[in-house]
Parts: sequence; structure tokens; C-alpha cells
Amino acid sequence: MIAFEGVSKRFPDGSLAVDDFTLTIPSRSTTVLVGSSGSGKTTLLRMINRMVDPTGGRITIDGDDVAKLDPVKLRRRIGYVMQNSGLLPHRTVIDNVANVPILDGVKKSEAHAHALELLDTVGLDRSLAKRYPAQLSGGQQQRVGVARGLAVDPNILLMDEPFGAVDPLVRDELQQELLRIQRELSKTIVFVTHDIDEAFLLGDQVVILRTGGIVAQAGTPAEILANPADEFVASFVGAERGRRALHIDAEHGDRVLVDGTGRVAGVLTDGPGGMAGTAAGSAPE
Amino acid sequence: MTWVLANFGQIWRLTLDHIALSVPPILLGFLIAVPLGWIAHRYAPFRGAILTLGGLLYTIPGIALFLSLPVILGTRILDPINVVVGMTIYAVALLVRTAADAFDAVSGDVRQSSVAIGYGPVRRFFEVELPLAGPVLLSGLRVVSASTVSLVTIGSLIGVSSLGYFFLNGLNRRFPTEIFTGIVGVIVIAVVFDLLLVLIGRLLLPWAHVARQRERRGRGAAA
Repeated sequence: MIAFEGVSKRFPDGSLAVDDFTLTIPSRSTTVLVGSSGSGKTTLLRMINRMVDPTGGRITIDGDDVAKLDPVKLRRRIGYVMQNSGLLPHRTVIDNVANVPILDGVKKSEAHAHALELLDTVGLDRSLAKRYPAQLSGGQQQRVGVARGLAVDPNILLMDEPFGAVDPLVRDELQQELLRIQRELSKTIVFVTHDIDEAFLLGDQVVILRTGGIVAQAGTPAEILANPADEFVASFVGAERGRRALHIDAEHGDRVLVDGTGRVAGVLTDGPGGMAGTAAGSAPE
Repeated sequence: MTWVLANFGQIWRLTLDHIALSVPPILLGFLIAVPLGWIAHRYAPFRGAILTLGGLLYTIPGIALFLSLPVILGTRILDPINVVVGMTIYAVALLVRTAADAFDAVSGDVRQSSVAIGYGPVRRFFEVELPLAGPVLLSGLRVVSASTVSLVTIGSLIGVSSLGYFFLNGLNRRFPTEIFTGIVGVIVIAVVFDLLLVLIGRLLLPWAHVARQRERRGRGAAA
């Protein structure tokens, strides 16, 4: 469990990124922090592994105040995946994945063997192991990034807009992979994004942030959609514009779902997942 | 040509002297300039001072430097050490700005990410920042190498033997062949050094080669 207790962050230039932020992040589930730029979401994420130290309040992991832990050791036991993968360009794929265990003193041969298994886990062909990051596609690089994040088998995985820079099709694929990995491994994932659809898809708990790290609403996607706390949340999740207020239109002979703006959002099917070929707007499994 | 064949022994000896005078300043210059460049990159307040000093050092005339070094260092005036120290000063002056730029050029994302996955400051320098600064450092080193090999000839004016001897002697004797031999020798050394540096770069920085190839391919495809 990760707990933020009245956490504030004022940067040296005087700007207040986060003001009195309190939140509990339960273990073995995914919490998504979602907000526009300036909402302090990345700052909050980086406070967990002490990339940023708060100027007020405290953060605990399973009861331990992170401020009392050695930052380098703390970072090595927390997985971190960032946008643009953050892979070391001068290391091959396998060396990147095995990087943190080797830093931690694991034997190279052992770390490499485990790294190959991790490539399987994230759905990458082992033949890519000897390539350099520049020789991979953006989506493949992000997969390597996730494999590296999992390399020390951390309890906690921090993900900072990891799928923000890949094209939509690849992003869908990576999101589904992450859901699959999470079903298998049950990590405590803290995920930052500005994309509310991504937040609702991946989050067990979704935290919508206003400017300055103020929690506008926290809850499950269903709770937030059903009862937006205020206008801000309603407009952020798109309920206000009717983008998520779906109704069934049967005029076309089939049961088609149409949203408040008149856009056809999908086809109503009998079971979860839907039939092949009609899944465009259907709910994920 | 007959002169070259007749004097091959001397040409070879002076070539070796020339190499022996050139290598230490290139290596020492690199070892001194890299930490200075890193400090200039890392600590903004020192940047101006270090880079300005580097620029100023390079403006000292060679002869003046070689003649004043014995006084400063307490060495004999004909001691080759003077040339080595002088050339090292020039090498540092040339390389320090490139070194600062090389560290500036390391991507902020990669730096952040190396912090995030648990690199401490020392290992981050040696295992992340230094290798990633490598390609720019190497290009700076190639300039320093060529410049040092050519400047070492000035040492002949104060009697330290190198291929520069052929310039002086050829000039005195009005004998162009000898001067030309010196020039060719200097160029050959410079080219060989450059090829060696490129080869070392290929071995130590294989990833940079890969990245460049990809960039070239990408540009080709876009055109």
C-alpha cells in the first residue's frame, strides 16, 4: 500500500505543483492518476521513488516513510516505465532489461537468462535481444521498457504516460498486453496519463486531478461515470457533452449504440467481448 | 626520391620522435578536458570561467609558450617535456568546449530514466553519461589529434626533434624535397591517428554506428 499524507511540493521557482494531497493506493491493483498538464500527476508519481522530494507531508510504502529510505536502493526495487521508453541507447535490448538486476549485483548470465523470459512476458521475440533500441519500433521499445520495469520483480510499478507517444493501434495493443500482464502478476501499478479512456480501461481506481494536484474525484471508473462529483469531472470524462451518454438506435435494423453527439459508438452484442469484427466500440473484456 | 631513400633512417627516427611527442598530449588533453567539460556542463556558475579560460589558452602563441614553460616548470629549455606540456595545454583548450557540449547533448530523458531505475551519481557518469557523450567527444578528439600532430613541428624551433626539423633544415638549405618529405610525414601520421580513432570509436561505440545508419536510411526513405 502506498499512502500520500498531506503531501505538498513547491518548486524552487516558487510554483506550487501539488498542494496538500492525500490518497491511499491499494496493493496489487492499478491506480491511474489522470489530469491535464499542470495537474501535478507526474510530480506525484516521481515522489513515490524519490525522483522528487515533497516539501510538505509524507509518503509511505507499506508503512515506511520513503524519506527515510536510501533513494538509489528504493528506485532499484520499484519498476519505472516512462514515455519514449527511456531505454539506454548504448545498450542492447537484453542489457537494458537486465540493467537493474546487474546494478543490484545479480550475475550477468543469470540476469540475461531472466531477461529473455521477460521478453516472452511482454510479447517480444527473443531474436530482438541483441538489437539496440534505435533498431526497434516505438511500440517494441515500450515493451522493452515494461520488461525492464519488471526485471527485479518489483511490488510496485510506476508508469509515466508509457503509451503516450505510440500510434493508436499500437497503444490499444500495449494496453491489452498490460491488462494481461497485470492479471498474471498483480503488481501495485501507479499509472499516469492525460487520456481518460486509457484511465478507465486500465484503472481499478481512477483519480482525476485538477491543476495543483487537487483530487477532483477518486473512485472506480463506474462510480465516476455514474456520479461525476462536479461539472469539472463531468466535462473531463465527457459525460457532459454526451459522449458517454449512449442510447440504442434500432432504426437501422440492428441495435446500434449512438452517443449524445450523434456519433455511432458501437454495436450492442449479447455477451462481453462481442463477435469478431464488431468490436470497434464494444467494451473490453 | 633518392634523398628520401638515402635518408630513410633519419626520416623514420624523426617520425617515431614525432609520434612520441604527439601521443601524450592527445591522451592527457582528453583526460583533463573531460572532467573540466563535465564540470562546465553540470555546474552553470563555472561554465563561463572554464570555457573562457579554454579559449584564452589557445590564443597563447606557441613559441612564447615553449619558451616560458621552462621558467614555470623549472625544466631545461631543450627538454621535450616542454613541448608535451605545451601541446597538452592546447589540446585541453580545444577539447574542453566540445566536452561540455558532448555532455549537454546527452538526452534528458535518458538521464532521468537512469536516475529512475537506480543509477547512483558515479556509475551514472561512467556507464551512462560518458559513453553517450562518446560520439561528440570522439569528433573533438579527432580535431585535437590532427591539430597536435601538426603543431608538434613547432618544437623544432626550440630544438626538440620531430618531423618539423625537415621544415627548418629544408628552408635553410633551400631544398624543397626535404620540406615536402616533412609535410608528407606529418600528413601520414595525422591520417593514421585519425583512422585509429575512428576504429576505436567503432569498437567502443558500436551503437552510435547503428543509430547513424538508421538515421541515414530514414532520411533516404523520406526523400
